[in-house]
Order: sequence, then structure tokens, then C-alpha cells
Amino acid sequence: MSTELFFVQLVNGVQYGLLLFLIASGLTLVFGVMGILNLAHGSMYMVGAYLVWYFVTVTGSFTLGALLSAVIALGLGIVIERVLIQRLYNRNHLDQVLLTIGMIFVFNSLQSILWGNDPYGVAVPEALGGAVPFTDNSSYPVYRIFAALICVAIAAALYFVVSKTRLGMLIRAGESNREMVEALGVNIKSLYTIVFAIGVMLAAVSGIIAAPMRSIVPGMGESVLITCFVVVVIGGMGSIKGAFVGALLVGIISTFAAVLVPTMSNMIIYIFMILVLLAKPQGLFAK
Amino acid sequence: MSRIKPLASVVLATTLTAGLSTSALAAAGDPVKIGVMLPFSGIYAQLGEAGRDGLKLALKEHADQLHGAEIEFIELDTEAKPSRAPELASSLLNQHEADFVIGPVHSGVAMGMIKMLRGKDTIMIIPNAGSAAATGPLCSPNVFRTSFSSWQPSYPMGKVALEKGYKKVYAISWNYGMGRESLDAFAESFEAGGGEIVEKVLLPFPSTNFQSHVSDIADENPDAVFTFFAGGGAIKFVKDYDAMGLRGKIPLLGSGFLTEGTLQAQGPAAEGVMTGLHYAEQLDVPKNQQFREAFHTEYGHYPDIYAVQGYDAGQAIANTIDQLKGDISDKQAVIGTMEKLTIDSPRGQFTFSRAHNPVQNIYLREVKDGVNVVQSVAAEALEDPARGCRI
Repeated sequence: MSTELFFVQLVNGVQYGLLLFLIASGLTLVFGVMGILNLAHGSMYMVGAYLVWYFVTVTGSFTLGALLSAVIALGLGIVIERVLIQRLYNRNHLDQVLLTIGMIFVFNSLQSILWGNDPYGVAVPEALGGAVPFTDNSSYPVYRIFAALICVAIAAALYFVVSKTRLGMLIRAGESNREMVEALGVNIKSLYTIVFAIGVMLAAVSGIIAAPMRSIVPGMGESVLITCFVVVVIGGMGSIKGAFVGALLVGIISTFAAVLVPTMSNMIIYIFMILVLLAKPQGLFAK
Repeated sequence: MSRIKPLASVVLATTLTAGLSTSALAAAGDPVKIGVMLPFSGIYAQLGEAGRDGLKLALKEHADQLHGAEIEFIELDTEAKPSRAPELASSLLNQHEADFVIGPVHSGVAMGMIKMLRGKDTIMIIPNAGSAAATGPLCSPNVFRTSFSSWQPSYPMGKVALEKGYKKVYAISWNYGMGRESLDAFAESFEAGGGEIVEKVLLPFPSTNFQSHVSDIADENPDAVFTFFAGGGAIKFVKDYDAMGLRGKIPLLGSGFLTEGTLQAQGPAAEGVMTGLHYAEQLDVPKNQQFREAFHTEYGHYPDIYAVQGYDAGQAIANTIDQLKGDISDKQAVIGTMEKLTIDSPRGQFTFSRAHNPVQNIYLREVKDGVNVVQSVAAEALEDPARGCRI
């Protein structure tokens, strides 16, 4: 592999890793704060992609479509938490897994009923349509650079909120001792609703950002969910920092594996996960 | 074994009333039972629905050829899961005693069905799955195919590449039957004519992490790229190829499924992609226009390749019943009759090879303004070599 190709692949890997982080961050946040294992997280990614496709088709504007989709996702998160997830706080993980797996089926059926089984694509917004020269033969699309920057911005915002604000302080306190925070007069119920809704929105926003780069097809949520779990397990369940490092590692490793050992590329990240777990059974940044 | 899970498989038996017939046989005999084993849920649901709609349209149009025989449909959802194939096929064979079984879409499901049905009295007609084995080593007198073998759309593309002056080609696909067979068929004609495959990449199915490979192609700088991808993967590959600036620099060739049913989602990224297939929506054959209008009138949207293949399965059944004057009790006679049919298909007329695969034209299509425009006939009346078939 030439130095140039190595550099190109590194950029590809980092860009993929940043998107993975965005998807995984919501999953790990909801688990870390609320102890809820949300298997329907991938479905929320799918919902984001389908919604943005639908609204871009209806309104003709990517920005408008993306905003509408994100707001709807936030609302959906609030409704799901209030109607379903709230009943699960005092139950074990098995009940959570059953409910959220059920949600996967519901969302897949809704997708099939509402939008059919055709594959769809979203065009890259015109303002971000260009490409910058990369190597002699290829150029790097502006949209991918934009997507990577959005992921970095959201990661930074998430870090800021969790570690520097009052809301973040309450979230961290709730993680350590729910009863104490409640006893101090904080409405932990609405705090949890907010956190879950943010988790859902992070997944949906990942779907929105990914939509112009990927194909929008039935079942797109499940494959992403598995990669997401690998990321979260490598980083340590519930750790945002872990998700960030894990996502970059998985992104870079799978990109290089795809070129160097294509037939085994799907397996490599699982092997990597096993190696990490052998060394650190709780993941790299477990608390 | 033959018990059907009530939740997992939606069993829908519908009867299609045959048109008025003056035949004396009208009142006689049992209905013709047609088992439809297609995916109606999951990622291939759209393909399954199209095949079924085509099949039903053909039998409705040809109602006067049925000599009064009533058609009974038994629809089972394969969900495109190979593990369910033997169970469903066995139920159609033993419990429903179907005369014809139409299915499936997915090659893995086809293998499971063939194992159950080969050598039996029920006639199996495959309206999509292109696996070489179905009309190769596993061929059987009672198994017919109205679609294609994986070899057919790709083999002529090797010759096309040579004619365009491409000497070094980068080949990439998924590492599963259809992918491997497509690349091999391309290499067969391409290398025989002096071409060189500079790199052959097989990715695990259904991985769509293509970006690293597109970068690798740019680095390798071949004369052209040949590929087989379908569905969501096809959309992603064509879009990634375009996004990295390779479109217009390195020509992209493929098996027709790269742009079949995916063009709208690919948008401008697909412009200029050249593919080989046994059909094109705007194919200039009178039967095609007639079919497209009839399908549109019936279902409110225009048909695709999967609808054509289902439609031809229906035509094969109707023509056979007609030639046998409504009596399909002798299965040897049914097979003998089907073997000699000439199907007037929207893709142009075709016959069955000795292995029961269509002998058909393969068209070279190029995407222009979002349409697969037919450039030429890449191979006329192409017969699959049916390696390993002993009929």
C-alpha cells in the first residue's frame, strides 16, 4: 500500500468512525444514564433516514427536511419513553430486550406500510455537492467532510452538556444515585424523558446525515445496530468517551481490513472486540 | 414438518374465476393448483410482489386458454429465508398437492426448494433466482426457469469490454453465489479475448462498506470496473463511485441488476453505467408495450424485470394447459409440452434450453437521463452452458 493510499484510507476510516460514534452515542447515553438497553436504537436510525427522504421529497429542501425529521424524532422519543420505556425502570434487562425487540418489528412493519419496500436515495444538498481534489484519480466529496464536521460538533456539544452544564450534572448524579437525586427535589422522571428523547434523536440525526451517502432500504437499522453494539462494548457500556474511541477504532480497522483482507473484513472487528475484552473485560473506558 | 406456523406464514388461497368457456371439460376435473412461494415480507418483498402480480396478470389475460380449468392460488411467504424453504415447499407438495410451484426470488431459498421438489410430479418454475446450480448440477425434468442464469447477463459483458478497448479490469462483488458466478462469467469471455483482471475483490455479503474499495480502485487506475451488486448495495456502490469522482474517469460495467429497480435512488450518479440484462423497460418489442400498459391498468404502476419473469411463468402455464386441452394429469406430457414452448415474452421471444433455462437475448444498456437505454443486443439467443446438468 502506497503512502498516498494509506492516507486516503485513514481519512475514509476516520469519517466512517465519526458517523459510527454519532449512532452509538445515543445508545451508550441511554444505557449509561437510565440503564436501559435499547435494541430498537437501530430502528431510530432507519426512521431518521426514511423521514428525511420523505420530507426532502415533499419540501424539496434538505435543510427543512432534516430539521422536520429531527424534531419529529425528538417527539417520537418523548412518546416512546412516556408510553413504553417508563414501565421498565424497575424491571430486568430481559424485559427491556423483549420490549425493544418488539419495537424493531413494529417499526419495520410501519416502514413497510408507510413507504413500501422500494429502496430510496436522497440527493446530496446542492450547496454541499462539490468535491475537493484528493489524489490524481479521485476527489473527496464536500458532503462527507461536512458530515464528519457535524459529527465532531455533536460530540463536542454532548461532552459540553454532560460535563459542564446543570443538566449534565443532574444526569451524572442520576447515574450514580437515582434516589438521592429524587430526594433532593429533582424531577427525575422528566430528566429521564429528556435523556431518552435525546438518545432517539441522536440515532435519527445519524440516519439523516447518512441518508445522502447511503441507500435507504428496509432492514437498514439492524445491521447498524450490531456494529453499534461492537463500538459500545469495545468502549465500555455507558461511556461516551469510550464510544468515541471505540467508534474511531472500529471505523479505521474495518476500512483497512476491507482493503487488505476483503473476504474477512466483517470478522475483523469482532476479533478486535474479543481481544479488547480479553484485556479489559468491561471495555476500554468502563466506569 | 408440513405444519405451517400460523403467524409466520400468511396463507392466502384465492380463486380466480376463469373466463367463460365453451369447452366440454369446463365442469370436469379439479382446479389447477398453483403454489406461489415468494417473499412478501423482508428485503425482497417488493420483488416477490412484482413476480406474483405478473403471474396473476398472465393467467387472467390467458383465461380463454385454460379450457375452463379453474386456478387456485396458494400463497406462502418465504421471507427470503433459506431455512424456511424445505418446510414451505413440502407443504405445497404434500398438503396442498400443487400442480405448479412458482418461486422463489432468492437463490438460497431455491436450493432448499429444489431439494424438496426435484424429481417430483409438481412442476417448479423459478421466476427469479439465478443460481447456476438450479439449471446446472441440480437440474431436473420438473424444474423450469423463466428468468436467467447468473452466467447470462455477465458473460456477454466481457466481449463488450474488449470491444470498447478495455484491457485491464478491476472486478468487485459480494462473496456469495450470484456475485462469484457473475465475476467468473465475465472473466470467462474477457480473459479468453486477451483481457486481464487486475484485481478481483469479493466482499462478505451484505457488507456495503465500499468506500475503501472505491479509493483502492482510484489508486489502481484500471481501464474499467466490472461489478455485480443489487438492491441497496447497488445504490450505495454507484453513489460512492460517483462521490469519489470516478464516474466519467473509469467506466463502470455490471450485471444488469446494478441499475435494475435502483436507478431512481441512484439519481445522476448512475449516468453512463453500462450493464447487460435480458430485459430493459423501454425495450422496443410490441409485446413489451402491450404488457406495460396492461400491467399499469391492472396495478397502477409500471412493471419491472421481476414482474416480467412472473408474467412469463404464468404464460408458460397457460400455454401448456392450452396445448394439453386442459388435461394436466399426465406430468410427463406437461414437461414435454413445456420444453417445446416458445414464450412470447415482453423481453422478446424465448425458448427453454435442454436444462430448462431461457435461451434469450442479452441487451447492452447504458443509463441516460435516468433510463436504461438499450444500446445493442450484446448476445443473441444466449444459452446457458448448464455445466453439470444431466437431463
